[in-house]
Amino acid sequence: MIELKDIKKGFGDKEVLKGVSASMEAGKVNLIIGSSGSGKTVLMKCIVGLIEVDSGQVLYNEHDFTSMNDQEKKTIRQEIGMLFQGSALFDSMTVEQNVMFPLDMFGVGSYKEKKKRVMECLDRVNLTEAARKFPAEISGGMKKRVGIARAIVLNPKYLFCDEPNSGLDPQTSLLIDKLIKELTLEYNITTVINTHDMNTVMESGDHIIYMFEGLKQWEGSNEDIIFAKDEKLNDFIFASDFLRDAKEMRQMEMFRDKNWRDRLKKNGKND
Amino acid sequence: MEFKFFHHFGTYLLMLKGMFSRPENPKMYWKQLMQQSVDIGIGSLGIVFIISLFMGGVTTLQTSYQLVSPIIPKATIAQIVRDTIILEFAPTLTSIVLAGVVGSKIASELGNMRISEQIDALEIMGINTKGYLVLPKILGALLTIPCLVIISGFLGIYGGKLAGTAAGIISDDEFMQGLRQELKVYNIFFALSKSYTFAFIISSVSAYYGYNVQGGALEIGKASTTAVVVSCVLILFMDYALSAILL
Repeated sequence: MIELKDIKKGFGDKEVLKGVSASMEAGKVNLIIGSSGSGKTVLMKCIVGLIEVDSGQVLYNEHDFTSMNDQEKKTIRQEIGMLFQGSALFDSMTVEQNVMFPLDMFGVGSYKEKKKRVMECLDRVNLTEAARKFPAEISGGMKKRVGIARAIVLNPKYLFCDEPNSGLDPQTSLLIDKLIKELTLEYNITTVINTHDMNTVMESGDHIIYMFEGLKQWEGSNEDIIFAKDEKLNDFIFASDFLRDAKEMRQMEMFRDKNWRDRLKKNGKND
Repeated sequence: MEFKFFHHFGTYLLMLKGMFSRPENPKMYWKQLMQQSVDIGIGSLGIVFIISLFMGGVTTLQTSYQLVSPIIPKATIAQIVRDTIILEFAPTLTSIVLAGVVGSKIASELGNMRISEQIDALEIMGINTKGYLVLPKILGALLTIPCLVIISGFLGIYGGKLAGTAAGIISDDEFMQGLRQELKVYNIFFALSKSYTFAFIISSVSAYYGYNVQGGALEIGKASTTAVVVSCVLILFMDYALSAILL
């Protein structure tokens, strides 16, 4: 579990994060959404420690990451896997070597054991046949999958994904979303995704944090979002006529479902 | 302007300090050091070979052009060529060329890794990126550049001999006799001192500019150019300073 307590971060005169508090649970896909410049990338970089916070705390299973020394941070970081927007694969290494790199660096097991683990991870992302290829020889979607394989090779407790669907076609995006969701449940990982993609929001968002101008504007699940009253959130999520129509259809569908009606009544969202 | 200098200098010192921590896996660091040594050393052999031969040849021709007095023995030409190459041309000229070849490679490689988030990926894994990426480059340069300077010295003198005999300025025997006259071992120590200093400048300054790139592809080019220019200026400055101190 990751907890954020009153995170503030500024660059020069500009205050990017103005006090964000939230918690991200294990075994759930936690999404950070928001328009460009809302501070979601800075927030994610603060959580993983690539940017130091001005004030506030980031707690990994109740351990304060912000007050740790470099050596302690290294220990936490070995429990973190991260998928970058551009995949961040090492150009000079093959797919197999990229995935094996964390195992090599932290000396986990013999070569045979490492190779076995790498092939397991590549098999999990359906990329065993691309093991000998270089990043320049594979597609964007495949690169993302290699990035995921590299991120999970050390069995991380926390998985961070920075815009995992950027630059991908809708079908591949869905595939990546499905894969991340499956891995989160399979390994009980605390997954945090920074995204713009509405498919991801509606399909994978167990827990969603909507950022607006450096503050947490709304928090809930993908089911809550359909009935959310927050104007800024609705303007952001359902920006087009098509999406607004889709939202209404989904609302009607959910309302027809008795279980849902009961749940909404209980939560007072049936108005 | 002066604040910018202090900012750069401070960040540069912090980068150097940050390189020293316990390696996550010494084997991987060793592998990286060997890789960098091959890239810097073997990768630059061709250009060092060419410039050294021509540098020696030109030095012989120009020295003989200026030494027209019949009183001065021809062997003096070889002596001047030897000392000029050992004291100045082999360490300084080779280092300036290497600042272009190796410096721009280091800066653009690290800059590209920074822009494509590969450095961030290593940081997230819990790896000290300064130690893993920068330190092997500096150590690789310190290992190989002095060797390249020594090779350059031999090749320069050989080039001088070739040019001298081919042009009929000096015979083989006279040249060899000149080479043996009044050889000061201190000059070799001086040349090696310079080569270690220049190797450190080339690798650390280029690594600094590459490691701290911010922006996009354009900035990688700018960082690469700045790294070469700053390295060359510092090499010339240190060349003067070391000559003033050590000679």
